[in-house]
Amino acid sequence: MSSIFTTRRSMALIAGAALAAVTLAGCSTADGSSADGPVEISYLTTNGDDSIATGEALIAAFEKENPDVKVTLNTRPGGAEGDNLVKTQLSTGEMDDVFFYNTGSLFQALNPDSTLVDLSDSDWVSDVTDGFKEVVSTDGGTYGAPLGASYAGGIAYNKKVFADLGIEIPTDWNSLVAAAQKIKAAGVTPIEQTYGDTWTSQIFLLTDFGNVLKQDPKWAEDYTANKAKFSDEPALDGFTHLQQVYDEGLLNADFASATAADGTAALADGSAAMYPMLSSFVLSTLMQNSPDAVSNIGFFAMPAENASDTTLTVWEPSAVYIPKTTEGAELDAAKKFVAFVNSPEGCAVQVENVVPGGPFSTSACSVPGDTPALVADIQAYIDADKSAAALEFLSPVKGPNLENISIEVGSGISSAKDGAAAYDDDVKKQAQQLGLKGW
Amino acid sequence: MTDLRQTNAARPSTKTTSRPRPSRTRRQRRSIYPSWFYIPAAALYIVLFAVPTFASLYFSLTRWTLFDVTFIGFDNFVQFFSDPQLLRSFMNTVVFAVVTSVAKVVLGFALAVLLTSELIGRGYLRAVTFFPVLVSTIGVGLTFKALLDPFDGIVNGALAVFGIQGPGWLTDPNLALLSVAVVDVWKGLGIATLVYIAGIVAIPQDYFEAARVDGASSWNVFRNITFPLSWPATGTVIILSVIGGLRSFDLIWAMTKGGPGFSSDVIASVIYKQYQAGFYGLSTAGNVVLFIVVTAVMIPISRLINKRSLDV
Repeated sequence: MSSIFTTRRSMALIAGAALAAVTLAGCSTADGSSADGPVEISYLTTNGDDSIATGEALIAAFEKENPDVKVTLNTRPGGAEGDNLVKTQLSTGEMDDVFFYNTGSLFQALNPDSTLVDLSDSDWVSDVTDGFKEVVSTDGGTYGAPLGASYAGGIAYNKKVFADLGIEIPTDWNSLVAAAQKIKAAGVTPIEQTYGDTWTSQIFLLTDFGNVLKQDPKWAEDYTANKAKFSDEPALDGFTHLQQVYDEGLLNADFASATAADGTAALADGSAAMYPMLSSFVLSTLMQNSPDAVSNIGFFAMPAENASDTTLTVWEPSAVYIPKTTEGAELDAAKKFVAFVNSPEGCAVQVENVVPGGPFSTSACSVPGDTPALVADIQAYIDADKSAAALEFLSPVKGPNLENISIEVGSGISSAKDGAAAYDDDVKKQAQQLGLKGW
Repeated sequence: MTDLRQTNAARPSTKTTSRPRPSRTRRQRRSIYPSWFYIPAAALYIVLFAVPTFASLYFSLTRWTLFDVTFIGFDNFVQFFSDPQLLRSFMNTVVFAVVTSVAKVVLGFALAVLLTSELIGRGYLRAVTFFPVLVSTIGVGLTFKALLDPFDGIVNGALAVFGIQGPGWLTDPNLALLSVAVVDVWKGLGIATLVYIAGIVAIPQDYFEAARVDGASSWNVFRNITFPLSWPATGTVIILSVIGGLRSFDLIWAMTKGGPGFSSDVIASVIYKQYQAGFYGLSTAGNVVLFIVVTAVMIPISRLINKRSLDV
């Protein structure tokens, strides 16, 4: 009995000693690498093909220039799931050394003053447009550097279908409906909708915001202060238009189950004439699936009731940020990486991997010569000063259920008025969560 | 879980009523181990169960952004109950739980009777019934989402052969929840059948032999022996499937994400969406409500079933 006991004990001692040795060895290697080996940092991006390709290419080019830094690529999901992950990682101090994330209200929700490193004294900041600086800054500093180009929301259209039927680009809502009726009579789907990917249902509403702002320049401010509502004009138009295209049967038959990729494909092969969408999404999907169709797809702003109000809604690009938990040698390396992204070399890599869906937000980058038709159309609106920032950049208030409310309105489950009222209720929760005044 | 244990513990105690005072034996048994023996289990229990439970009660009373916490009293509960989607999702949850439970009881029992009879390849057939249980729920959901696609799906493709224009199983707001319920029944039926098979096999053969000697028809055997004596199995199946139905989430999320619109939203998916939106305090309050609802539904059900199994 006692012999077994002693044997066990000695086994335990040996095991314990072995464990301690392993732990010590682990410590010493960790110390050694930071002293003389390359500095290792990690970069977190979204798991889309484009962002992974861009991330890999940027890292390869950066490591070539900076052999003493090693960058690992990590990915995360996009959408609301990704928002949660980023917030959780930041609050637990587990964030990667550099990470890619949205600008505007989603960025503000990260509590940047206490979680992110202020980058306002970096050299590249002077190249960035004021519009972009606004969406990555608080009163406490500038936190993000642009990665990717800006993009617009509106209606992508098939130029050949329009030309064959002799249709002009509609600039007011009634002429859009008239054009759609004419297209329908010719046996082509006038307006493609893709509620199989729920997020695409919001496009109608979000892209109408440029028109709202044109009619009421203070709308976003009033909205944040709980004074302007979606149930009232001019913002109600987005909902009524969404209901109208369903009621008049202007949608594709499979609108409830089609995905955004299906929608883009239908637009490309001419079975659908118009697709309300983000320019960047249409362009990157086309480049991947049907590159021949790129020259045949144009873009116009979501028409307002009056042609004079029609304004293109534009989104600033997302940005790369450094969390406060990155320190010392890693911080220096992370700052170098962010600067590289915004250098002419970094831009060349970006352009090589993703065709920009709109103009860049930094003077270090420029859209290459052979611009797709869709980007040229967007540039024309910006040059003519007929563009405005999307609501998410002007107000932090965005209800989480907009997708589903839009689907209800856009597939006849509820009316535009009820949908707008439901959405006004929905945003209240967000405003209260943010602790805004007046809610 | 405790409910199930009670069901099992209750049965032998009816047979052993002659044994004097079970409470004394229990006290003796407790003193077998020194109290430090319980410390590891107690520590695990406190860290993994007790602390999160009380923490969630606290966080349900706050506005919580993960970065900072503001105490707001019962505002979250007021907000949760004034949510226009809540009533509908609550109704959906009840419909889903009832439909799937009833179907699992009826079909599970029928299948179990079939699979306990003398069949060729019985073992194989039993295994096949159980296979869907082993597959990941998300995988099942995504597969059926593809099968039920209104235009490219195989189901509507098969219907089209007979000249029937199939509906949008998951895109029609009136059908979406029921379509998911059917898939849930398919996936969960194996467990119900297994429990029933165990229940039927456990019935002593003496009863059947006696009935046969008395010349009972197979219907009478079923009606008076198999059906009443598998009541404990029915209780287990009902409890398992009602709990599963009330907190069902993964299959619904994989197939419809609560859509189209909100037409297949259940309480768990509403809570998940609130969590996704970053309303951490609000969604914690929702979970507290869900916990209370499940408890409130389960206590009377398990009491009733325990009582019945004691009577039998």
